[in-house]
Amino acid sequence: MANISESVPVATDSSRSGLHRLMQRKSSIAFLMTLPLILLIGVLVAYPAGYAIYLSMLNKSMVRFVGLGNFEFLMGRDSFWAVVYQSCLFAVTAVIFKAVIGFVVAHFVHNIPAKGQRKWRGMLLVPWVIPPAMSTLAWLWLFDPSYSAFNWILALFGMDPVPWTGDTSWARFSVILVNVWIGAPFFMIMYLAALKSVPEQLYEAAAIDGANWWQRIWYVTLPMMRNIIAITALFSLIVTFANFDIVRVLTAGGPLNGTHVFATWAFRVGIESGDIPLGAAVSLFMVPILAVAAVFILRDINKRGNEA
Amino acid sequence: MTDAAANAAGPSRTIQYGSMSRDRKWALRWSYFFLVLFAIFFLMPPIYMLITSLKTSAEISAATNPWWVFSPTLDNYVALLTQNQFLVFFRNSIVVSVCVVAVSMVISVFAAFALARMRFWGSATLATGVFLTYLIPDTLLFIPLFKMFAFVRDTFGIELMNHWWTMIIVYPTLTVPFCTWIMIGYFASIPKELDEAALIDGATWMQTLFRIFIPVALPGIIAATIFAFTVSWAQFLYPLAFTTSTDQLLLPVGIITTLIKGDVFNWGQIMTGALLGAAPPLIIYAFLMDYYIAGLTAGATKG
Repeated sequence: MANISESVPVATDSSRSGLHRLMQRKSSIAFLMTLPLILLIGVLVAYPAGYAIYLSMLNKSMVRFVGLGNFEFLMGRDSFWAVVYQSCLFAVTAVIFKAVIGFVVAHFVHNIPAKGQRKWRGMLLVPWVIPPAMSTLAWLWLFDPSYSAFNWILALFGMDPVPWTGDTSWARFSVILVNVWIGAPFFMIMYLAALKSVPEQLYEAAAIDGANWWQRIWYVTLPMMRNIIAITALFSLIVTFANFDIVRVLTAGGPLNGTHVFATWAFRVGIESGDIPLGAAVSLFMVPILAVAAVFILRDINKRGNEA
Repeated sequence: MTDAAANAAGPSRTIQYGSMSRDRKWALRWSYFFLVLFAIFFLMPPIYMLITSLKTSAEISAATNPWWVFSPTLDNYVALLTQNQFLVFFRNSIVVSVCVVAVSMVISVFAAFALARMRFWGSATLATGVFLTYLIPDTLLFIPLFKMFAFVRDTFGIELMNHWWTMIIVYPTLTVPFCTWIMIGYFASIPKELDEAALIDGATWMQTLFRIFIPVALPGIIAATIFAFTVSWAQFLYPLAFTTSTDQLLLPVGIITTLIKGDVFNWGQIMTGALLGAAPPLIIYAFLMDYYIAGLTAGATKG
């Protein structure tokens, strides 16, 4: 790369030392430029992440080292396994629905004439732009036990009011619904960008070969979009698995702790009940799934980096 | 053989063309139909926020149609915008977001330039590390940070808990990795000839960065700035965990903790506050939509 700049002093007598100095200067400038980033990541991300592991091995008053005692304690409690179950159910269901809705909506937007697409895309991305805590408040109000606007519509059709956040199963449905509402537009945008990158000739070739619309999606669109679909789903899985805002605002974990996910339960245990080590232990249970997703994403990025 | 195939294809082809264009027309109609349905689903909560914010408390608790405003009023807006507490939340949020945007852009532009152009020992590892950091969620870090703040207080006598400005220190951990990542992508797409020419002409690295890279990668910088602003404006967990006094809260936490008092929900004001809290990102999005979307897709399509 910067060979040309380095080759300039070669013409002079003091070439060797000049070149050497230049090289040294370049790498030291580069190091100084990245130093704030390294410090930030080191002090406020890497260190706390390691510290969390240490914290999780202390007892409640943080004076005695208990090893894996907190993890053992968690493993033996039904309420913890309920949180594990709900976290997985929440993340997997929400990501699947987000991916499917995003895919379908992206196709509809892609189908209409190009000049109207911008307007529709702009409208459909609004849920992603609003801060999640704020839009969840609107959902909380839509789900209100006595003034629910949804139940008012249901009543028009003579149906019974639905306990949106009052009953465990319905509350689980509600938090997933809100998550899908917030996240599906992101999938839509990613898939739309991917759809635009599929060459038109492939569809023409498929049409000439007599492929119907389903075969075109299955044999042309999906293989061409495979990478984007996978990486978007993995990203979303990480974010959904670590979700806090929606569950916290909508149900605060209730009713009867039925909707707690790792993040909200760690907050309840660690900050609100003051058992910091146990809270740290709860949040660390998110690491394995995050690590698996991260490995797959990195593999994909390295692969594409090599192709380029 | 070929003749037979051509003959067989001949008549059916014209029919297929006709049916294809008819299919197209129907596909278009169905597309619009479903797009309208999805638009209703996606826009209903913000519209309901607006509807509720225009109602009086009496109308909210009346048994009338909740989807219609019978006597619109701006009382909720007046009440909130003249309330000192709400203005403090707004000011805190604006100061924090602006500072976080400035800090993260400075850190990430310099780091991305060094990582994209000035290969040095460990730069590839560092770039991967930056990306990995982006995958570490805030929900994993808030408990150790909580404890670290107590440690800082005990050792250095600096109280980080319960101050809104602490967020300026912690928010960049959420914005810098992604901003750096997309800036690396934008910088890497600039042709090498451009900066080599500058270096031949005797430009220093700093001049190359400021005179060439930043102007050329301006769309990327705008996209990263928008990202940093939306993330720091929307952040909810850190201020909830680290601040408690009402004069130190940021907007999202402030609305949720102060407007909801026990079991008394003042929904008119809550929805007004939520709408005002959602307004800054929405306004930026309305004007800079293309940059916003470029930033969203850059993470996965570049790099």
